[in-house]
Amino acid sequence: MVATSTTSKVSVRDLTIRYGQNAVLRNASFEIPENEIFGIIGPAGSGKTSFLRALNRMDEFTPGMSVDGSITLDGKDVQTWRNLYALRRRIGVVFPLPVGLPLSVYGNVALSPRLRGMKRPDLDDIVERCLRRAALWDEVKDRLDALGSLLSGGQQQRLTIARALSQEPDLLLLDEFSIAVDPVTTMRIEDVLKELKKEVTIVLVTNLVQQARRLASRTAFFLNGECVEVGETEELFTGTVQDQRTRDYVEGRFG
Amino acid sequence: MSTVIDSGDADRLDAAWWIDRIVKVLVFAGGISAIVFILGIFAFVTKEGFGFVLKDMDVVEFFTSPNWRPTSDTKPTHGILALLAGTASITGFAMLISVPFSLGAAIYIGEFATGKTRETLKVLVEMLAAIPSVVWGFIGLSIMNPLIIDLFDVPVGLCMLNAGLILGLMAAPIMTTIAEDALKAVPDGYREAAEAMGATRWQVIWKVVIPAAKNGLVAAVLLGVGRGFGETMAVLMASGHSINMPEGVFDPVRALTATIAAELGETVAGDTHYQALFTLGILLFAVTFVINLTADLVVRGIRKK
Repeated sequence: MVATSTTSKVSVRDLTIRYGQNAVLRNASFEIPENEIFGIIGPAGSGKTSFLRALNRMDEFTPGMSVDGSITLDGKDVQTWRNLYALRRRIGVVFPLPVGLPLSVYGNVALSPRLRGMKRPDLDDIVERCLRRAALWDEVKDRLDALGSLLSGGQQQRLTIARALSQEPDLLLLDEFSIAVDPVTTMRIEDVLKELKKEVTIVLVTNLVQQARRLASRTAFFLNGECVEVGETEELFTGTVQDQRTRDYVEGRFG
Repeated sequence: MSTVIDSGDADRLDAAWWIDRIVKVLVFAGGISAIVFILGIFAFVTKEGFGFVLKDMDVVEFFTSPNWRPTSDTKPTHGILALLAGTASITGFAMLISVPFSLGAAIYIGEFATGKTRETLKVLVEMLAAIPSVVWGFIGLSIMNPLIIDLFDVPVGLCMLNAGLILGLMAAPIMTTIAEDALKAVPDGYREAAEAMGATRWQVIWKVVIPAAKNGLVAAVLLGVGRGFGETMAVLMASGHSINMPEGVFDPVRALTATIAAELGETVAGDTHYQALFTLGILLFAVTFVINLTADLVVRGIRKK
């Protein structure tokens, strides 16, 4: 990979995403710095998830989805990666609703390393390490062979985080991970994320503005397909905002 | 004051109540009649065949002798081993062909094909499944037969190979349809999650979709086996229909079902031959019942998880 002189992990330039004729994100440009949590807030339908999908090129399998402009990862335009799968392996994704694949707890976390040809006992190590990093190890270490889908919702979401970590990604995308998770588990996962950001760049899409405030160093505000404002998170909440809509949203006046 | 909606007397039976009651009775009658019919058929087959089972049947001969000579004047024998071997070899050969074909087709239709291609293929496969078996038998007789004679330089082309191929082609569309349903039942979230991890298309299918659809796929294969076991007309026309312990794919064989179809018309109702054929019927009934039951239990296995 080309190392660039900037500390930007991801650069977004004039990004427009369309489904058919319908643009869900227009001319967005911003930088995501390395090793910090970058929040994206905004109401439903503002283009947040579409941005994540464009980032790991999930548009490839979505008929009608088209992406213009550029997203670069480590200075290289993601559209120019010839091996799409290598790109996706570097990007971990956590979906809103936990998707426990129909495999055991162990099998879920081991899937990605297995696809890359890793065998036991290395596999055991990586499974344990990822489950520990996702703060799940102590709860599941005695039932690694149980079906992942038998875990509670909060555990499943941490399982998907462990699974994403098993890819050893340098970019972790979280799409409203706390939707199906209780507040206590949410707090635990947030603690996990604070730890992880030392090693991994995290993009946190959330519709809980306070969550972005707790976690993100910088935050972007999306509204109806427009990237309204990007800035230091605290600035958005307390300082001067460039756009009154940002203030209205973070203070809960709409959305 | 707004209009008060009449929510009805507690004891007045209105139209909706009656309709509900009538529909309930009709649906019950529909459901129960299926059971009544199947029990009736079973009772009939058993009644007709049981005289033989109790009186004339020599159990050891029945299952171990390859000699099926129910019309012999001197010493009639009723050994079904050759017929069983015929049915089993044809079915086995058919599965050898149709399982890879139909699973491949199901994976293509379910996982790779999109839009128009997919819809067209689905309709075509369903049309294939609707081709009457006598038409398949005709193909076996008039197309495959000379083809096999030409290609392999054998005297007769009506043989296990022919019947197995025909039966394989017949079973494939049904297996494809059911297998494709099983693949479709796998939530898209699984595919998306695996794809997001960088799994290739093939890895997604092999490591995630197929394991998740495993039970449905097994059920599809079992239903194909059941179909093969029970198929009569096409097998009768393509197999050569001669009593023979098959030693190679070019040997003509005879199937249980075809035996019943071909011989029942020549019997006198109630005589030993007639009853013996019904005993074959009981056997077929039992085997297909077990296969279907297994398929059903396997499918239920999916829902438990």
